[in-house]
Amino acid sequence: MARTEVIMPQMGESIAEGTIVKWYKKVGDRIRKDETILEISTDKVDSEIPSPAAGILVEILIKEQQTVPVRTVLAYIDAEGMGDGSHGPVVESPRPAAVPEPPPVQRDAAPREALPHRGRFYSPLVLNIARTEGVGMEDLERIPGTGEGGRVSKNDILRYVAARGSKPAAPHAGGAADARPPLPGNEILPMSNVMQKMAEHMVQSVRTSPHVSAVHEVDMSAVLRHRMEHTKAFEAANGFKLTFTPYIVDAVVKAIKKYPLINSSLDGDKIIRKSSINIGLAVAAENGLLVPVVRHAEAMNFLGLARAVNDLVVRTRNRKLVPDDVQGGTFTISNYGIFGTMIGTPIINQPQIAILGTGAVVKRPVVIADAIAIRSMAYFTLSFDHRIVDGALGGMFLAEIVRVLEELDPDMKA
Amino acid sequence: MPVSTYIDAIARGMWEEMERDPSVFLLGEDIGAYGGAFKATKGFQEHFGADRVIDTPLSEAAIIGAATGAALAGMRPVAEMQFADFVTCGFNQLVTNTAKIHYRWHIPVPMVVRLPTGGYIHGGPYHSASTEAWFFHVPGLKIVAPSTPADAKGLMKAAVRDDNPVLFFEFKYLYRRIRGEVPDGDHLVPIGRGVIRREGDDVTVITYGSTTHFAMEAADIVAQEDGIGTRIVDLRSLAPLDTEMILEAVRATGKVLIVHEAALTGGVGGEVAALIAEHAFTDLDAPIRRVCALDTPVPFAPALEEVVLPDTGRIVQAIRGLYRF
Repeated sequence: MARTEVIMPQMGESIAEGTIVKWYKKVGDRIRKDETILEISTDKVDSEIPSPAAGILVEILIKEQQTVPVRTVLAYIDAEGMGDGSHGPVVESPRPAAVPEPPPVQRDAAPREALPHRGRFYSPLVLNIARTEGVGMEDLERIPGTGEGGRVSKNDILRYVAARGSKPAAPHAGGAADARPPLPGNEILPMSNVMQKMAEHMVQSVRTSPHVSAVHEVDMSAVLRHRMEHTKAFEAANGFKLTFTPYIVDAVVKAIKKYPLINSSLDGDKIIRKSSINIGLAVAAENGLLVPVVRHAEAMNFLGLARAVNDLVVRTRNRKLVPDDVQGGTFTISNYGIFGTMIGTPIINQPQIAILGTGAVVKRPVVIADAIAIRSMAYFTLSFDHRIVDGALGGMFLAEIVRVLEELDPDMKA
Repeated sequence: MPVSTYIDAIARGMWEEMERDPSVFLLGEDIGAYGGAFKATKGFQEHFGADRVIDTPLSEAAIIGAATGAALAGMRPVAEMQFADFVTCGFNQLVTNTAKIHYRWHIPVPMVVRLPTGGYIHGGPYHSASTEAWFFHVPGLKIVAPSTPADAKGLMKAAVRDDNPVLFFEFKYLYRRIRGEVPDGDHLVPIGRGVIRREGDDVTVITYGSTTHFAMEAADIVAQEDGIGTRIVDLRSLAPLDTEMILEAVRATGKVLIVHEAALTGGVGGEVAALIAEHAFTDLDAPIRRVCALDTPVPFAPALEEVVLPDTGRIVQAIRGLYRF
């Protein structure tokens, strides 16, 4: 028997483990090479895993929602009998020769089978109720079904939820558990994997780095003007819209080049200064916060940055990021201004040592040469790790970002 | 409230509208002196005169064409097809002209076409057809299909007053078989609104016209014998459909049976099922099922007609199957 192992892949340099989100195939299923057989979730992103071989899925070792180290064997595929592609030794469940007359309907029919039930059909409504009531797949499989063929009906799951009462599905680890039973009417929602990792990272970052936040005002009028003048030609030439983000990334890269210590991380008593500038962009995605990274930003001109940013944003929205897209950042930008937020105090994305938060651009009266003028203003916050960066360096670095944006060359090629 | 048969309620609706509005008039084959094939217009010509109750030649194209022209000129004609089957001869007028005039020239076409429809009367293949689905597919036509005397009167009056062409499907099987209370005077049933005929939490039946009564019978049987609660939606209007009521009724039970007398394939039920699948997929606890006529003409032989058209027994079985699922 030629058995092929399906293993938990190493999805990126720093990833040590992964969680199985969903098996798309069940034991006995015939699989083509490179067909998606399961979905895994790492602490960075979720990925669909293609089959390493053609054959029949003969054994699943790791169940959904289990977390295992990389390179763990998850399942076996048997390639034997795949030569002709159609007459493999698939064991099909025997069909009953004749369907007997269905038994008379009983209102309180007893559960027909004991637990658990794998691969059972669940109606859209039952899955919908399971999700809103926080009933996990394992719990669902244990609910006795009174429907045809032991199917879990709407009433079966509602009975289960009512009987479970205030004892919800086991909550995922993390945070101090609230031991009190939830009040009636309160909803219990499971945390997505990305959300759980965000929680871990945020707590760990605040514990690790003494955060200091410095706020600087920035006049965005020059950027606005430049963007307005170039936006049409830019979109016509490149096929996507010119946004503010590349201007800010460009300014950050230039400021890092002037103050390269910002582009570091701390390892014990050693500072590691990174040779390449990789800018992470915090993006609110469907299932949680993601930070895709523009790599080697130091080597890109403005158009290159704009293209890289657009590519990441599009792929984040389409859920096409791969784990390496969200790794290796050396500095992060969080644009909470799109929500109208004026000033924020972002948390550092470890192991980086600083993060820039950009507030909403609004027109405000400002004093210029003792006259009051209307300018498009924003507040930029730099949160930095005071173990390495002192107020002087933080302030100068932030002032440099502001200077680049305010003194933007109107003739810069977009 | 006075009790009336289904056909008398239709007649009552027309009579009241003719008295209320001099622009309302009737036209059709043998509707005058003879009083109509089913006697729906008996006594109308004597009371309203031959100018307002017009006997026409044997030409559905002429009837619908003349009605359309009169409607364009400001009248409110009510045209009778002797049997819904014969509307095919007026199909081009109805679909090409009547339905599109307002779209094309912004001129309202306020007319009603009465279509005595359906089987269960041993009328054979040329006098038993259910033709609503052909017109259901045509934008620009309203379609109503009442199941009770009260709705028959209320929808007739609403149809006469509507500024759009309205196809009024009246179920021959119900003409003198059912009686019910019919409100006096200006009783109008809004076009486009269904009605819940019965409350229940286990299975939802969506139906209209003749099969509403079979569904009610079936619901009684499964309630008594199996303790199953059946919710029944009577659509009453097919175009426009009461989408909101359909989706709410689906959500109430998660299990849906669609029943109509017309043939299964390409019927109104298919569209209802698609609506549900599109907008209430996650509320479904079972596949949507349909009980409709078999895909054949309606046979003359009573034993065969019984097999082809839906009946209470088939609905009972389908409700039980859904409940068990």
